[in-house]
Amino acid sequence: MAEQSTEHLDQADARPERLRVFLVDDHAMFRAGVRAELGAHVEVVGEASTVAEAVTRIAAVGPDVVLLDVHMPDGGGRAVLEAMRRTHPQVKFLALSVSDAAEDVIGLIRAGARGYVTKTISPDELAAAIRRVADGDAVFSPRLAGFVLDAFAARPDAPVADPELDQLTNREREVLRLLARGYAYKEIAKELFISIKTVETHVSNVLRKLQMSNRYELSRWAADRRLV
Amino acid sequence: MTPPPRLYRAPEHRMAAGVAAGIADHLGISVLRVRVAFMVLLGLSGLGLLLYAAFWAVVPLRPGDTGVPPRRDVAQLLPFVGIGLGVLLIQVMVFDSVGAAGTAGWLVAIIAVGAGVIWHQSAPERRRQWGEAMPVPWLGAVVEESDRRAFVLRFIGGGVLVAVGIIGVAAVYSPAQNFDAVINGVIFALVGLAGVGVVAAPVLWRTYSQLRSEREGRIREQERAELAAMVHDQVLHTLALIQRNAGDVKMVQRLARGQERSLRNWLYKPTASPSERFAAALEQAAAEVEDTYAITVEAVVVGDRETDEKVGALVAAAREALVNAARHAGVQTVSLYAEVEPDQVSVFVRDRGKGFDPDTVEDHRHGVRGSIIGRMKRHGGRAEIRSGPGEGTEVRLILPISRDSSAAERNR
Repeated sequence: MAEQSTEHLDQADARPERLRVFLVDDHAMFRAGVRAELGAHVEVVGEASTVAEAVTRIAAVGPDVVLLDVHMPDGGGRAVLEAMRRTHPQVKFLALSVSDAAEDVIGLIRAGARGYVTKTISPDELAAAIRRVADGDAVFSPRLAGFVLDAFAARPDAPVADPELDQLTNREREVLRLLARGYAYKEIAKELFISIKTVETHVSNVLRKLQMSNRYELSRWAADRRLV
Repeated sequence: MTPPPRLYRAPEHRMAAGVAAGIADHLGISVLRVRVAFMVLLGLSGLGLLLYAAFWAVVPLRPGDTGVPPRRDVAQLLPFVGIGLGVLLIQVMVFDSVGAAGTAGWLVAIIAVGAGVIWHQSAPERRRQWGEAMPVPWLGAVVEESDRRAFVLRFIGGGVLVAVGIIGVAAVYSPAQNFDAVINGVIFALVGLAGVGVVAAPVLWRTYSQLRSEREGRIREQERAELAAMVHDQVLHTLALIQRNAGDVKMVQRLARGQERSLRNWLYKPTASPSERFAAALEQAAAEVEDTYAITVEAVVVGDRETDEKVGALVAAAREALVNAARHAGVQTVSLYAEVEPDQVSVFVRDRGKGFDPDTVEDHRHGVRGSIIGRMKRHGGRAEIRSGPGEGTEVRLILPISRDSSAAERNR
């Protein structure tokens, strides 16, 4: 058992029970593809193609991680998240979308997703991302970090409307910047002379601020900034 | 949505052009009454003729009947002209005017109007032949029925011609330099024109709004066609190529990647000119490298600014760094991150490939030294290359920009 617990740190695959994953996507072909690709790494315990189906099935199945499509009829991934967040806080959500538009990414994160990856991700990376999310970490793509930086950092002199606004700290921005440059958490830790855990804390804080701040305009702002 | 009933000329019952028959059809009264009304109006100094001409010019033939070849022979017009002449003769006698000159003026006016209208109504092929025979090209353009503006121009021109004709007639009627008569003539002409305008306005307006709705429909259709053409030219082509190259993973990836990028640009990206904006220029450079070397460039660009010579050099250096990574690193993915800050623009190109020892790069290799480090130095920036065997490479390009220009950029 001691041997297993050391492995547990790096290699979540070695757990005795495999992660229970639920797929929500309105394209049956894509669900089948993901199921086939992930079969070796995790246990796919259910699928849903609509928002309503997803809400009832997730509540019944109780998976560890839900892979959530962003664009679906009837409100998309966001509607699922909003329906599940209060009643099932233990379920982790990882958005898996073909879109990497700023408003989609930030909207989903603010609704409570713990990570956001695009559908071009490789199966191994996807499995790693699922593991990470299940462990409570965040999965931040360089592009996502870029959107957040865009929203927060690109205009330091932008009017600050809200005094209790959760502004990102310099350190958090530093971490985001390295993330956007394509650094892994491990490499960020090395670059900034901090521990991996600290990096993860910073990233989680960024996510928390995105969710908790009442800066409702953030997503639109970020989107607008891209259009400048 | 059924269109409102429209006024058309009815060619099947026509005496001259089917105007009377069409109006009778539209109003649901007998043709004879309409014709009598026109004749009575003709008594009012030719108002009936003007009205008829106006309707003729404005009201289209009933669609579906256009297949009937318009028989525009002179014989058919003769009775019409004869009746018109008769009415005018009566008018001349009633008003007891000097005979020959006045009648001649009227005739000229009638012939002018009639010729114009016949010209307008004639078959397009014949008109084109006439147009080619015309010595003055613009005359053909005036006659051409192509768009609304030409139509309006023609209508106004016709009105002016008619007014001038009437004024001329008034002048002929009063040969003894009686200025009052001329004034009266002008007023009369204006009243007549106003009458024509009032009568024709609804028809004109309907024609205009129909043209507008047609144009809107055409624009929608055009957009759809453009999208269909894009899907056909790009997506279907790419899919076909992928099917044919299914065994070649690299080729498939390159095709899929290029197609994804082009669709994304089409769907989401505002079109920024790469020659004007920094982000667009950088993304274009990344796209070129992706296409050329079949790698993936994960580009993240934060902020944007206008390009100038220095920023252009920065983009060129970044492109060179991307090319180096694609050629030497031996990896599939290269990260490109750029950030525009108030006092500097920075670009980071990073790969996780082979890496190299920067100190051992030979002096005669110009790729790094000349295209990246030297270029950045020349433009007031700096370049750092961090690499080591097995650690991948990161090229950092930093270009300070003066506060003034960045402030100006922000205040725009």
